[in-house]
Amino acid sequence: MRLHRPPPVAVAGAVALVVGCLSPWATFAGFPGKMSLGGFPGGARLFCLLLVAGAVLFVVDVGGRRRAALATAIGATAVVVVNLVALVDQGGDIGSVSWGAWLALAGGGALVAAAWRLPSGHPPPEEWRRRPAAIEVAVLATGLLALLGAVVWGLEIEESSRFVSFLVFLTFSAVALHHLGLFSGLGVLFNRYPRIAMLLGAAVAVAFPFTQQGNAYWIRVFASIGVFAVAAIGLNVVVGLAGLLDLGYVAFFGVGAYVGALLANASLTTVHVHLPFLLVVLLGGCVAAVFGLVIGLPTLRLRGDYLAIVTLGFGEIFRITANNWDGLTRGPNGISGVPDLAVGGFDFGASHSLLGVTLPGFANYYFVELVLIAGAIVVFTRLNDSRIGRAWVAIREDEVAAAASGIDTIRLKLLAFAIGAFLAGAAGTVNAHVTTQVSPDSYTFLESILLVAAVVLGGMGTVPGALLGSTALFVLPEKLRSFQDMRLLLFGAALILVMRFRPEGLVPSRRRRRELREEAPEGVPGLAGATGAPPGGPVS
Amino acid sequence: MTLLQVRGVTKRFEGLVAVDSVDLDVGEGDILGVIGPNGAGKTTLFNCLSGLEVPTGGEIRFRGHALSGRPDRFTRAGVARTFQNIRLFPHMTVFENVLVGRHCRTHVGLASAIGRGPRFRREERESEARAEELLDFVGLQREGGVVARNLSYGDQRRLEIARALASEPGLLLLDEPRAGMNAQETRATADLVRRIRDRGVAVAVIEHDMRFIFGLCDRVAVLVQGRKLVEGTPTEVQADPRVIEAYLGTPTG
Repeated sequence: MRLHRPPPVAVAGAVALVVGCLSPWATFAGFPGKMSLGGFPGGARLFCLLLVAGAVLFVVDVGGRRRAALATAIGATAVVVVNLVALVDQGGDIGSVSWGAWLALAGGGALVAAAWRLPSGHPPPEEWRRRPAAIEVAVLATGLLALLGAVVWGLEIEESSRFVSFLVFLTFSAVALHHLGLFSGLGVLFNRYPRIAMLLGAAVAVAFPFTQQGNAYWIRVFASIGVFAVAAIGLNVVVGLAGLLDLGYVAFFGVGAYVGALLANASLTTVHVHLPFLLVVLLGGCVAAVFGLVIGLPTLRLRGDYLAIVTLGFGEIFRITANNWDGLTRGPNGISGVPDLAVGGFDFGASHSLLGVTLPGFANYYFVELVLIAGAIVVFTRLNDSRIGRAWVAIREDEVAAAASGIDTIRLKLLAFAIGAFLAGAAGTVNAHVTTQVSPDSYTFLESILLVAAVVLGGMGTVPGALLGSTALFVLPEKLRSFQDMRLLLFGAALILVMRFRPEGLVPSRRRRRELREEAPEGVPGLAGATGAPPGGPVS
Repeated sequence: MTLLQVRGVTKRFEGLVAVDSVDLDVGEGDILGVIGPNGAGKTTLFNCLSGLEVPTGGEIRFRGHALSGRPDRFTRAGVARTFQNIRLFPHMTVFENVLVGRHCRTHVGLASAIGRGPRFRREERESEARAEELLDFVGLQREGGVVARNLSYGDQRRLEIARALASEPGLLLLDEPRAGMNAQETRATADLVRRIRDRGVAVAVIEHDMRFIFGLCDRVAVLVQGRKLVEGTPTEVQADPRVIEAYLGTPTG
């Protein structure tokens, strides 16, 4: 491998950053991470220091190094800036910022300038050299473990400013690794060993509750994410594959939740029936699917905006009906006191001890949801790769041509609607048990929008996209509680950033990418990166 | 033996009569040309024959059965078409485009697609074999993995024909298949149409290129202002004074 001589500005910048990160950033005590003390990279200084590692790219000759170096340099600078703002905010004035931070800021600026002047060089290889299967699988496993590690690490960070720094670190590292070809390489491996990759992914997902050392908080959050993710995969069938924008999708989720709550003999209910859980899940899905057909039959002749408006209306009709039908839904009070699941003497509400780790009750629901997600993934991927999935995509691409090619467009659109509704309904029944109560105000227009946002953010037409999108949409608001008033504003800003820099979403399908990147041929990173700006990521 | 029987088909758009009680017959193995000045109603007629427009009056019978309803019914009955302004699925691959054309000849349902049973696999294999054969037939065998949008213009037209043939039609409607092609590509297209006929598929073709039409078709129908003016062999049509007056008097290239 050829080595380059690093430009003096880069060396100076890197040294300044390292020294700066090991020096105090605050003149007052009490800032998270003992920032007033030097000699160690406490608090957010660690993220900054880790990003300085990108300076290696000035020396090593690898494909895509300019953009990657730029991303790490901008990331390091951004971490300093975020903390400068937080320091001034907490300390009261600019004097509360100590010299270490200023030095790091100067170093970051120098690094950005040096990276900017790097030659563009060659792009990273689209595919890695073939290696023995064992090594390739090990690489895949490492990638998934790193993902789990990143999630667990992020969840452990308590303070908001430090978490924002972590997000900046994560985003810019991801951008840098993307430009070095890591993700496309991993994607190739994923497609080469789909079954092993799915198993590894499942193993990582199962491992998550064991990393929480009996702490229920995040497991509870992830139990909410699980149901949301199933619904997001269902919506992805409707929006991502068939191209039907459904803005009232949460109604199907709500239908499932009511079915789940009513048939589980809740303490405050109108129907005193208790059916086996498995039956209820299927029933909830079927009832929702019937609703999907009822709504779809008159509306699916509409296209585009008109369909979106009508589905929005139907979503509101569901909510208002649930709010007023006292005889069945108990109106605004909702159905509450939904009991915990109990299958064959196994109480889902109780903690269980496994492998020396105490798993709180929510972990049980989380595992149930994993099974549901696996089912949704099977349905999604297999339909996608069949005549039905091809017909959906054809309808999305050109409805007239699809009809003229012999596709019964109405019937296939109804099918997409029904399958999406089924998945949402099944997820809803589980959600009734997780939240123990069901009331109309959980199924507002905003929830529908959040679901669509999860699918669009994550990437339309892919399963990992839906999973990533729903995780980001749940974890970020939980983590950014101190910005509660501005949550929607930040959320909107994040959406705009993603749409600007990565319109196809975080994990796009190949086809979707082709649509939104008309000029750039496949495999070439988009035009956005050419300006050095970061392509998206859940920046908040 | 008559394949397509069109009787008195009329299409009215608020006051404008685009197609005015047209009678037409296409037999097995026919290549029928449809010519006429711009705005004569040729494409509207094709839209009626493929179910994209519902005729205001008249009857369309294919293999003895009356055709009506949505376009997919026409395709399933055996009338496939291409479009004047090419309508492919631009972001799907060439191979996928042809596979979509197989939709109405395949039958696996939801359960089978999710369960991946032997029937599903057999049908997918058959479809793929058919698609490969068709790509080979139109000369796109090497382009299977290319995104349809990235094909050259002539190749896009050929792909559209392959997609239409994938639905195993008895009659193929071609709407200006050589538009935008040079002389050499035009000859190749004429040759392709003949080979399609040799496969047992009748062809009806709209074109403005007279040499193309008269060299290719067994019979030619002339449409003027929505009405069928003349129908006959190329020699008869070329000699007909009404055609010369209405159409050939103003050369269109």
